Amino acid sequence: MKILVPVKRVIDYNVKVRVKADGSNVETANVKMSMNPFDEIAVEEAIRLREAGKASEVVVVSCGVTACQETLRSAMAMGADRALLVEMDASQAEGLQPLAVAKLLKVVVDQEQPQLVICGKQAIDGDANQVGQMLAALLGWPQATFASKVVLSEGSAQVTREVDGGLETVEVKLPAVMTTDLRLNEPRFATLPNIMKAKKKPLDTLTPAGLGVDVAPRLRVLNIAEPPVRKAGIKVADVADLVSRLKNEAKVI
Amino acid sequence: MSILIVAEHDHATLKSATRNVLTAAQQMSAGPVHILVAGHNCVAAAQTAAALAGVEKVLHVDAAHYADQAAENLALLVSELVKQGAYTHVLAAASSTGKNMLPRAAALLDVSAVSEITGVKSADTFVRPIYAGNALATVQSADAIKVISVRTSAFAATENGGAASVVNTPAAADLGLTRVVSREMAVSERPELGNARVVISGGRGLGSGEQYRAMLEPLADKLNGALGASRAAVDAGYVPNDYQVGQTGKVVAPDLYIAVGISGAIQHLAGMKDSKVIVAINKDPDAPIFQVADYALVGDLFQLVPELTQAL
Repeated sequence: MKILVPVKRVIDYNVKVRVKADGSNVETANVKMSMNPFDEIAVEEAIRLREAGKASEVVVVSCGVTACQETLRSAMAMGADRALLVEMDASQAEGLQPLAVAKLLKVVVDQEQPQLVICGKQAIDGDANQVGQMLAALLGWPQATFASKVVLSEGSAQVTREVDGGLETVEVKLPAVMTTDLRLNEPRFATLPNIMKAKKKPLDTLTPAGLGVDVAPRLRVLNIAEPPVRKAGIKVADVADLVSRLKNEAKVI
Repeated sequence: MSILIVAEHDHATLKSATRNVLTAAQQMSAGPVHILVAGHNCVAAAQTAAALAGVEKVLHVDAAHYADQAAENLALLVSELVKQGAYTHVLAAASSTGKNMLPRAAALLDVSAVSEITGVKSADTFVRPIYAGNALATVQSADAIKVISVRTSAFAATENGGAASVVNTPAAADLGLTRVVSREMAVSERPELGNARVVISGGRGLGSGEQYRAMLEPLADKLNGALGASRAAVDAGYVPNDYQVGQTGKVVAPDLYIAVGISGAIQHLAGMKDSKVIVAINKDPDAPIFQVADYALVGDLFQLVPELTQAL
């Protein structure tokens, strides 16, 4: 069976993001970009399922500018078999929102016919946590979000989900959409030979128009601002000083 | 305009998160507010919802296929009710249930969703954190139906004071796509992490699960606080995943947050920096957590924490 894994190119999670002075966006010029960490976990899980003989092919897909090819190559260096890029210009990519991504992926799923789609639960730029759920809705498939463990069997999957208050294990019929939580696995590092090999793996390009999807934004971003800065407080001398300040100054105990 | 809130409940009781969502709804000034309580044997939760101030009507949907709160069945029900009731706004808490269900409902309605709002500017304009709270986006929805999840820690809880009618409402179809096999839920006498007045969080500095419990539980007992943790402590297996405070875990804003042995990665700060008062206890004077702490106590936590527990 085939597994499709959508991946997103985002500002590297170690970068401290800065808001542009005009409030239009965060600064992305000369900033290190990487694969969304939750998507790395998704790629890793798909590869492990293939290595365990539960899947036959891992296809990765990204929606965005030409540079997303790098992200797709990273996924192929980890072990994905081939890649699809739904390519668009910078202005389209900037306004690309979860519903539009889900619609693009829906058409890709219709064409590729995977039995399982594994998404990251959220991208660390927009923090929306929507695409997997929306894609499942458009396909009429079950969804298993926030997965921390996956066991595939014939025609179904048992997925342990991280939910408020603990863990929940659900059985979903395949085909299904799954989204990854942090503790599902630890993604591997790509080795140099695999990075070289990935350069030769197939990467096909599609377009939103070719897929028949309108990617115009539904939400208008009016402003991006810095959050209020929290000032460092004071160093207290000892426990007695702390307790007295919590009682008399902060009045929280 | 009118608003439908999808209640957070465990069938028997209404979760307090619904009260925070209601406050956000009222700030939108978008017409009457209805609350949907969909579950199995959930009439008690529906009655609690009816007593909340400012609610016009409670839609009570009772069917076995809502017992698990599965997103597939709930999203279908929500999308059908929204079409029938011509609601312009659909709100739910940004809890694991809400995050799971709401985007699915939005896609069924062919509208966008606005995740985890922390502020309301008007009926169509909202503030939400992006980049782990390192930036705040003000977004305006052009969709006819606004589907919104609400970060509950950013809104006060609405008190009782209403007497809404509870209307029994038919269920939508059972899609039968998923089945819950098992649940492992933590049983705790402590307040819920999401809405506790005091939160005590531990990090890698505690060294082990045993030491986490030995150090932090007595302190939490003294302060009637909830227990939380950094991702590092969860990954190291000291505590279960639902303790995690941060970008991808719980976002909390208690009156008092005590960070013990937590260095303060930006992903952790994203989950707690809106707390009213932050205390950090760490042996490393350069730990980033001290940059957001109101009170910094530098030293050996194994000595300082018991001392603090004693002094309270």
